[in-house]
Amino acid sequence: MTTALPTRLNPFREFDARVWSLAILKGVALPVVGIGMFLLIWHLVSGSIQTSLGQFPGPVQVQEQVKNLYVEFLEEKQREVEFYERQQKRIDARLKVEPDFKAEIRPYTGKPTFVQQIFTSLVTVFSGFFLAALVAIPLGIAIGLSASLYTAVNPVIQLFKPVSPLAWLPLVTMVVSALYTTADGSLPKSFVTSAITVMLCCIWPTVINTAVGVTSVSKDLLNVSCVLRLNWIEHIQKIVLPSAVPMIFTGLRLSLSTAWMVLIAAEMLAQNPGLGKFVWDEFQNGSSNSLGRIMVAVLTIGLIGFLLDRSMLWLQRRVSWDKNAITR
Amino acid sequence: MTEHFSRPLLELSQVSIEFKTPKGLFKALDNVNLKIADGEFVSLIGHSGCGKSTVLNIVAGLLKATSGGVVLDGREVNEPGPERAVVFQNHSLLPWLTAYENVELAVKRVFKGKKTKAEMHEWIEHNLKLVHMEHALHKRPDEISGGMKQRVGIARALAMQPQVLLMDEPFGALDALTRAHLQDSLMEIQRTLKNTVIMITHDVDEAVLLSDRIVMMTNGPSATIGEILKIDLQRPRSRLELADDTHYNHLRHEVLAFLYEKQRKVEDFAQHAKKKNDTNAETQPRLKVVS
Ligand SMILES: Nc1ncnc2c1ncn2[C@@H]1O[C@H](COP(=O)(O)OP(=O)(O)OP(=O)(O)O)[C@@H](O)[C@H]1O
Ligand SMILES: [Mg+2]
Repeated sequence: MTTALPTRLNPFREFDARVWSLAILKGVALPVVGIGMFLLIWHLVSGSIQTSLGQFPGPVQVQEQVKNLYVEFLEEKQREVEFYERQQKRIDARLKVEPDFKAEIRPYTGKPTFVQQIFTSLVTVFSGFFLAALVAIPLGIAIGLSASLYTAVNPVIQLFKPVSPLAWLPLVTMVVSALYTTADGSLPKSFVTSAITVMLCCIWPTVINTAVGVTSVSKDLLNVSCVLRLNWIEHIQKIVLPSAVPMIFTGLRLSLSTAWMVLIAAEMLAQNPGLGKFVWDEFQNGSSNSLGRIMVAVLTIGLIGFLLDRSMLWLQRRVSWDKNAITR
Repeated sequence: MTEHFSRPLLELSQVSIEFKTPKGLFKALDNVNLKIADGEFVSLIGHSGCGKSTVLNIVAGLLKATSGGVVLDGREVNEPGPERAVVFQNHSLLPWLTAYENVELAVKRVFKGKKTKAEMHEWIEHNLKLVHMEHALHKRPDEISGGMKQRVGIARALAMQPQVLLMDEPFGALDALTRAHLQDSLMEIQRTLKNTVIMITHDVDEAVLLSDRIVMMTNGPSATIGEILKIDLQRPRSRLELADDTHYNHLRHEVLAFLYEKQRKVEDFAQHAKKKNDTNAETQPRLKVVS
């Protein structure tokens, strides 16, 4: 990254405008060229792939499906509004006849739209991610502080770290159905299953990075803590945690991207009504539009993953004292 | 000077320490004896690796002597504590706190229940003023220069009102000009506070300028105190006037003679020669493989 000198101090002021416009041209033009190339290759390649569901969707078909999905979303919204209007009308009519009638508004239960599915996915991924962070940060601090605890826990971490969500899922499903009884129906089982699977898969980067952050607290700062005779709570709060914050955030960022990646697979199998289920349903549906719609989902997943990572980076920049630890 | 007629504030008796290393026990210090009077400024000087930091860390309580011990004001030292404040070589400020907050952390620990909030605030500012840092109270370590960081480190140590102030090459990482400034500040502070100080240094001029006594250490392993030189120059001292002072130059010469004649580091040359041989030994077999 380059930092520009303030114009006032810049001896090359005359060249400034040119240098800057060149930099902007590069910063904007090159990505545009890259995306353009990708679209072109995609277009050319997709034209020559025939599947049992028709031609592989190219950029044009995908763009049509984006429009379709948006229209469907608007229509669904409209239906919802109308549903509530009808209900209200009925209630009003009834109230005229019977003034002490207690109105009960039934919620709308339409087919979830693409936008709602995105929303569900986000809620699920954040639930799993927060559960993971809640366990991972204290665990990471504990094993970072105690070498013997680290030696004890490390084999378990190494064992579970590479396990894919697909392997966890059947077990989690069974355990959730056994232990979690949705009598009140506040949280659907499929949601709980997906969130827990996500948590199990994305917990490790935060645990490991937090532990590394804690073990690499500078010797000098540990000496300061000794000289000040900080007790262990103060020691963790004043020295260890702040020192480890940059590493904790590195771990959280990795965890969040893992969580998002794992979520789609988890939702597909758990039938949690999110993007994963959308992909699965479209695949089962097998209409000529399906592949295009799945491709929209793929691009959406990528875009949201990217935005999630950027927001973590932004948060890290805001919170962390060590501005050098953040690369990109 | 005062050591003959007043009880020493700090006493190291027969301090030895052995480190466990992969190659077996390494005896770094052997039979170090030193008495320091209240208000005395003592410098430790010696070649790199002789064990100066080890002595200081034993006094600080960060290391434990294998045999012998340290007594401060009648009590044995066996753990670190704020009454033996340390100024570390590389400032060791908490990078996420401002200058003020760094000092505040120490002040809150030491004066909890003894000073009110307002008194603490005043005391923190007072100490930062002593080291001329009042203009950067709310800057974080990465926003100030190396010299300023070291000043804050000194302020933090002074604010603990220690019985002994321990400084491990406090100005070692600074350029000559900044170092001179800080030495002057330290002398000025010393004039009013009269702290008991042990300071490690590599700089002969710094040692002579600041100290009441210079403790010169022999080379390790099994390093010990070689000679102690009394610096009976009048205070306040001015570096400019001392430059032409014959007695000052004589004292300076004494230290240099100890370091470069009596304790000359022959080891350096020996190691250098050995390294050369090692590299030769490494390259020769490779040539053989090729041919
Ligand atoms: N924890 C340790 N384990 C093993 N050896 C140690 C340890 N600490 C110090 N030593 C050894 O003890 C000797 C003295 O070290 P010390 O750091 O006290 O030297 P020093 O005089 O402060 O050197 P410098 O001027 O370079 O700071 C060195 O040979 C060093 O290798
Ligand atoms: Mg040292």
